Amino acid sequence: MSVVKLTDRIKVMERKPMTFMEKIYIPAILKGMSITISHLFKKKATISYPEEQRPMSEVFRGLHILKRDEKGAERCTACGLCALACPAEAISMTASERKRGEEGLYREEKYASVYEINMLRCIFCGLCEEACPKAAIFLQNDKMAPASYEREDFIYGKDRLVEPFLQAKA
Amino acid sequence: MNNLKVTIDGKSIEVPPGTTILQAARMIGENYPPAMCYYTPLKETGGKCRVCLVKVTQGSEANPRPMPKLVASCLTRVEHGMVIENETSPEVLEARKGVVEFLLINHPLDCPVCDQAGECDLQNLSYKHGTESTRYEEGRREFDKIDLGENIQLHMTRCILCYRCVYTADQLTNKRVHGVINRGDVSEISTYIQNAIDNDFSGNIIDVCPVGALTDKKYRFKQRVWFSKPFYAHRECDKCKGEAVAWVKNNDVIRVTARKNKFGEVLDFICNNCRFEHKNMNDWTIGEPYEMDNDSVITTNKYKVLDHSPAVNVDAKFVSE
Repeated sequence: MSVVKLTDRIKVMERKPMTFMEKIYIPAILKGMSITISHLFKKKATISYPEEQRPMSEVFRGLHILKRDEKGAERCTACGLCALACPAEAISMTASERKRGEEGLYREEKYASVYEINMLRCIFCGLCEEACPKAAIFLQNDKMAPASYEREDFIYGKDRLVEPFLQAKA
Repeated sequence: MNNLKVTIDGKSIEVPPGTTILQAARMIGENYPPAMCYYTPLKETGGKCRVCLVKVTQGSEANPRPMPKLVASCLTRVEHGMVIENETSPEVLEARKGVVEFLLINHPLDCPVCDQAGECDLQNLSYKHGTESTRYEEGRREFDKIDLGENIQLHMTRCILCYRCVYTADQLTNKRVHGVINRGDVSEISTYIQNAIDNDFSGNIIDVCPVGALTDKKYRFKQRVWFSKPFYAHRECDKCKGEAVAWVKNNDVIRVTARKNKFGEVLDFICNNCRFEHKNMNDWTIGEPYEMDNDSVITTNKYKVLDHSPAVNVDAKFVSE
């Protein structure tokens, strides 16, 4: 039966019978095992995360944080410039007016009552940090959004974004 | 009388007698001087903010001497053969830079908080003509809060005393209850004995305000202007023409303003009923997207100015979204 060539690129394989050395298999097994065993003595490519962590770059852009000022009041005034700058449209917010007696909680007359970042949309470009006129939002260089099975877990609200009060005072 | 020929920045135009330099420059249509207080629909405005200063290098054909000082273009009438330098004169640009600095001396620069940000004349002016930093270290003016009723919010700290709102109340409504009180650098917009401003057309003082001193209290902190989409909208109204702009977000009318021309001047004043009481999509016949300048921040909201397609189609498409 002749082979019909459809294109010039078809390469017909010729199957030669194995030689004696190939038939006994042992040289091939030894060759393979030597490669395997040599890897036992090489440096490991993996680390035991999370006990052990790789050093991060100083300028790494990870999970966002909404900073408080030195008195512990939230810096964000819901001006919307981060959401405007965001190329992935990951940020959304709702503004509210500060009431009497809340001066210690919010620095400006207006504050974000809802502030959400969708970490699935976020591309961690840091444009929000650059756009912020109040030095409120920063991307931390030591934290990443952890994995999760639920999509909802990636929508970070103020409960997970705002800097803890004691951390701001320290 | 014959038309008068004037030359502004090398471009000539013939205008009827009585035209001001600013109007002539606007007729030419490009590089016209900015104006913070002059407002065509209101009588007697102008001459207060001084940002429209221009240089007259030739007074007229009969008397070609230059004018000794820069003149306010909104108040100076043209003469035949007048030659004017606006943006081509470094002296004018330098003076304008100084005027912007003076306007910003007492301005709190709280743009991230201010509802006017994004459609603020002072913001645009200082972006174009101002400097990046301030030399002013002293304290800025502070005021006791004055309540102007349930519809209008007054932020006196942001006011540049252009008097537009005072003229609006004088010329549009039958009883003005607010005005400028005190003199010099302590003058402020106020009402006597906390009078609430309630009049069918009082809401228009929000639209004429070039800064964020007078803002819509029902829109306060609702949304930044560039996150809502403006549409031409109209409704049957027995008090005004009923032609307005509806600012829409998520199928809600969150704000209603009057339509403006490209100089930021209101075309038809709208009544308070239209402005404050009708915040439902069903109250309005929504038309085409409102035409914005391409350099406005509002157009960054993925907002496309459509071709002049039939308004009905846009309406149907928007509602179904």
